[in-house]
Amino acid sequence: MNPVNYLYLAALLFTIGAVGVLVRRNAIVLFMCVELMLNACNLALVTFSRLHGNLDGQIIAFFTMVVAAAEVVVGLAIIVSVFRTRHSASVDDTNLMKL
Amino acid sequence: MDNLIPVLVAVPLLGAALLLCGGRRLDRVGHLLGTLLAFASFGVGLALFFSMLGRATDQRPIHDHLFTWIPVNGFQAEVGFQLDQLSMTFVLLITGVGSLIHLYSIGYMAHDEKRRRFFGYLNLFLAAMLLLVLADNYLLLYVGWEGVGLASYLLIGFWQHKPSAATAAKKAFLVNRVGDVGLSIAVMLMFTTFGTFAFTPVFAHASQATQATLTGIGLMLLLAACGKSAQVPLQSWLGDAMEGPTPVSALIHAATMVTAGVYLITRSSAIFNLAPTAQLATVVVGAVTLLFGAIIGCAKDDIKKALAGSTMSQIGYMVLAAGLGPIGYVFAIMHLVTHGFFKAGLFLGAGSVMHGMNDEVDMRKYGGLRKYMPLTFVTFGLGYLAIIGFPGLSGFFSKDKIIEAAFAHGGTEGWILGTCAMVGAAVTAFYMTRVMLMTFFGERRWVDDAEGNQPHPHESPAVMGIPMVILAFGSVLAGGLFSINSSFVNWLSPVTGYEEGHSPLSTTEVTTGTMVVLVLGVGVAWLMYGRRPVPAVPPLGSLLTRAARRDLLQDDFNHVVLVSGGSHLTRFLVYLEGRGLDGLVNGIAALVGGTSGRVRRVQNGYVRSYALSMFGGALVLVATTLLMRAVA
Amino acid sequence: MSFPLLTVTTVVPAVGAILTAALPPATNTRSRDRNKVVPLAFSLATLVLACVAIARFQPHGARFQLTENHSWISQFGIGYSVGVDGIAVVLILLTTVLVPFVMLASWHDADPVVDDSGTFERNRRTQGFFALILAVEAMVVLSFEATDVFLFYVFFEAMLIPMYFLIGGFGDRTKGEDAKQRSYAAVKFLLYNLLGGLVMLAAVIGLYTKTHTFDLVSITTSLQNGTLHFSPVVENALFLGFMFAFAVKAPLWPLHTWLPNAMGEATAGVAVLITAVVDKVGTYAMLRFCLQLFPQASKTFAPAILVLSVIGIIYGALLAVGQKDIKRLVAYASISHFGFIILGIFALTSQGQSGATLYMVNHGVSTAAWLLVAGFLMSRRGSRLIADYGGVQKVAPVLAGTFLIGGLAILSLPGLGPFVSEFLVLVGTFERYPALGIVATAGIVLAALYVLVLYQRTMTGPVKPGNEAVGDLKARELVVVAPLIALLLVLGIYPKPITDIVNPSVNQTLSQVGRTDPAPHVVNAIGGGQ
Repeated sequence: MNPVNYLYLAALLFTIGAVGVLVRRNAIVLFMCVELMLNACNLALVTFSRLHGNLDGQIIAFFTMVVAAAEVVVGLAIIVSVFRTRHSASVDDTNLMKL
Repeated sequence: MDNLIPVLVAVPLLGAALLLCGGRRLDRVGHLLGTLLAFASFGVGLALFFSMLGRATDQRPIHDHLFTWIPVNGFQAEVGFQLDQLSMTFVLLITGVGSLIHLYSIGYMAHDEKRRRFFGYLNLFLAAMLLLVLADNYLLLYVGWEGVGLASYLLIGFWQHKPSAATAAKKAFLVNRVGDVGLSIAVMLMFTTFGTFAFTPVFAHASQATQATLTGIGLMLLLAACGKSAQVPLQSWLGDAMEGPTPVSALIHAATMVTAGVYLITRSSAIFNLAPTAQLATVVVGAVTLLFGAIIGCAKDDIKKALAGSTMSQIGYMVLAAGLGPIGYVFAIMHLVTHGFFKAGLFLGAGSVMHGMNDEVDMRKYGGLRKYMPLTFVTFGLGYLAIIGFPGLSGFFSKDKIIEAAFAHGGTEGWILGTCAMVGAAVTAFYMTRVMLMTFFGERRWVDDAEGNQPHPHESPAVMGIPMVILAFGSVLAGGLFSINSSFVNWLSPVTGYEEGHSPLSTTEVTTGTMVVLVLGVGVAWLMYGRRPVPAVPPLGSLLTRAARRDLLQDDFNHVVLVSGGSHLTRFLVYLEGRGLDGLVNGIAALVGGTSGRVRRVQNGYVRSYALSMFGGALVLVATTLLMRAVA
Repeated sequence: MSFPLLTVTTVVPAVGAILTAALPPATNTRSRDRNKVVPLAFSLATLVLACVAIARFQPHGARFQLTENHSWISQFGIGYSVGVDGIAVVLILLTTVLVPFVMLASWHDADPVVDDSGTFERNRRTQGFFALILAVEAMVVLSFEATDVFLFYVFFEAMLIPMYFLIGGFGDRTKGEDAKQRSYAAVKFLLYNLLGGLVMLAAVIGLYTKTHTFDLVSITTSLQNGTLHFSPVVENALFLGFMFAFAVKAPLWPLHTWLPNAMGEATAGVAVLITAVVDKVGTYAMLRFCLQLFPQASKTFAPAILVLSVIGIIYGALLAVGQKDIKRLVAYASISHFGFIILGIFALTSQGQSGATLYMVNHGVSTAAWLLVAGFLMSRRGSRLIADYGGVQKVAPVLAGTFLIGGLAILSLPGLGPFVSEFLVLVGTFERYPALGIVATAGIVLAALYVLVLYQRTMTGPVKPGNEAVGDLKARELVVVAPLIALLLVLGIYPKPITDIVNPSVNQTLSQVGRTDPAPHVVNAIGGGQ
């Protein structure tokens, strides 16, 4: 199969993830959308690796996974603590960053 | 012998340093020390004088170079002294009269708690004045010039707790500063023209400079002289300067410092001789001032201010003479010396009167004092006769020569100047007679002062009397001595140059004329103040009298134009600084602050909107990259 | 390798600053005094080093002496190059002389707060104050020494930081609105000077793109032998960039408005530090960098700058007359004096520049004497308003006398130092621009006006209520004032030692700019003595 198709798939997944981040309010769903975008990137990177015939893309994909894992750890902790204090996982309620 | 010149300056300077920095432990001997040093300086002056007399005429001037003061490429300011006949005359006058006045002050200031400081200032003055007349270049002269200004400031404001004294001191310094600007511009002009400002090379090459330059230098020197010598238009400070203790008025504001302007003009004769316009300006200033001062002198009831007007007027004579060129220089200096004697004597007499009258200065509250103060009366009277030019006394010789020289100036100018001088002589006779009559003759008019103390007019102690007697001798004899065999002319002419004037009137005619105006002036004064009693409250008087009481409205002019104009200007500038310059800066700051406040609202705190702007930004970045690639 | 004297001269106060800051907070009078004696000792050590430097300096020797060159950021040709010429070495001496006096005068300005029970508030305020002064000294000295444009720039900017804290953190007004004024002044100081520095940074980078080095000596050498040439547009732009920064620092009218605020809100000692030490870097840098790097542009812009300086002279003096606050009055007087200094620099005559250098020294000493005495007076009553004083000479004659002498120096009385320099500047200006010289002399009269008016209002007349208890100068204060006055007298009567050091450097600067003094109109008047 033509590897370029994987790139289309990655772009599609990324767009779904991006739209999800913008329109959904639930922090958990938002989070999953972010993960979706990261994985779309991973897919694209691996595809690039294959297309160019070197390992750069695969290496960066590993980095991305590490970042994603770290993000899940920190992000979920924040969401849980926000849910505990506010009893809501809606991101629109957390606007304390506003001055 | 030559290396004694710096000693002349150093001795009083040492005195000033000791007395001003010595602290309270010198309080008890300070006045004696100061007087001793003044006399020591006089002694050195005498020694130098006799040494000078012993030399041939062309050997008389001596130089003493001390050290290089400011060496900058091409600008070589030296500290060097030049003692010639002209400076010698001044040295003797300054140290001589100065020593006498130190002596007098021992008595006059006996009860002042700040007496030590007073003598310190007096010594400082002597040092500065000696530096002024001994300097061999204009910049060093400038140091002495401002130095005497400082001493004058300190002494006028000696009683600083009196606001009027503090104001008068400040005024004197400021007006003098205006004159000093003239001197500094003159020095700068000399430097750019001749590359130097030492007397000898400047005078030697004066003829090579352009007429415009010489006129410029001359006018600037004249401005300086006007400031220091209280000539119109910078005369307004002298009357107020009478706030100082009377010995100060005698020494600084009558005998020595105020005549520095005449010294300056005479010293710069080489320049003035080549600049007719500057000379014309000088005689005009002199003639105007001699009348101006005389008129003021007629209207003042304050004995010191009347004498101050007289000083102004007499210096006007000297400036007039100095402006006449070689026919006048010698007589300007001669009048300066005789004036130094009789005016110092008159002021000391006035001081003696005040001393006996609880510091009362209003002549309307004197009267009949000749019985109570015989010595003061006699010495003051001799000074009076000398100043009005009574035949045989000092003023007769020196003033007549000036009047004669004024006529000798030639042409219409000569007639105008001569007439001015003659009228001045009449007015002099009038106001001095007025002072004399109001003070020593008539009925006693003194009353209890504000604290209810009855004045007990009494003669002053001997320490004050002796200087008055010596000065009276000088007032009587100096003129005659100077005129025997034209000794003064012969003495001074090698320095200043001398030309016999050719007056359209003979000496006898001039003398007769002055005698007539003298009698006229004295007579009118007697009619007004001698024959009928003097009212204790001054009558309203004519318009001129009222103007003269206010110094011919000069102060009012200054006040309206300079003082209030200036304060409006500064207030406007302060406003402008706050609202204009600073307002601009603060405005920019406020603009930046306001803009950022508005931009801040975009940060609304919704995560999604941040995410959207991030996506938007990413989109723009990608689009730009693609676009750039497409273009490339 | 010879002993790195110049580096040591700047390292000693820097080390002193760190050490002072690290001292433990005072708990009693003894430890409090220790915290002040240590920085004082360091400043005195720096003074000794500066004296050694000036003794080893040979006026007719090489252009820059006691040089040290080390590579710093070699990729950009930035070096640690220091060296002094006659002008710099004299200004280093001025700085190191003044700092101990400033410290001694500010002895109690930052004392720790002691409550009723006699316990000391434990903080490092006292050390901080003195450490900051030492830090400023170190940076100013290095700025005078630097012969590398970038090195100079770094310290020219860095000295803003300690100055900002000195102005904003210490001052005699601590409450409410007044304290706000103080932080306003500090921020204004910082912003003005940062803006100037930013413009200068652009010019510094611009200079590098043309020269590929920051070394002053190699740039000026290649300028002189023609291997380097700026196009007029570039040169003018770079000149203006440098000049803007220096004109803010100096300060030149109309960029001066930060100075009255800064000096007004700072303590008297810090105000002296601003006007007598830090601002001198600005005028010095005009001589060092503007003239030497951009000789053509200097000549092009000289008339305009001269006009601004003359405006500054008159404007500063007039505003000084109109002030109600003693410290602001001194600040405006300083603006007037900086006008004279810049006038002397850009008249481009040897008299003018020697005069300007001397003026920097004299202005430093005279302002220190005048303002520190005023500071002693203000510390007695805690008021800075002229109207609160009156008749002080009656109760404190020595204070009044020294205040008068300081004022007389400010108004350039002959016999005191400032006269020499002011006259040189005026002569130097007059010989090339007579009209400007004459207008500038009006500054002489106005100086007398503001000095004497201030003296009259504060010192003379009957004793105003509230001034009865004003005590005379104490021993510590006399130790500050007496040497300064002695110095003023020496500078006024025998300035030759200084001019001998300065003159050769001024000649070299002028020959770099390509200007010679106008010859006297009547040439043979000097009689071939030259």
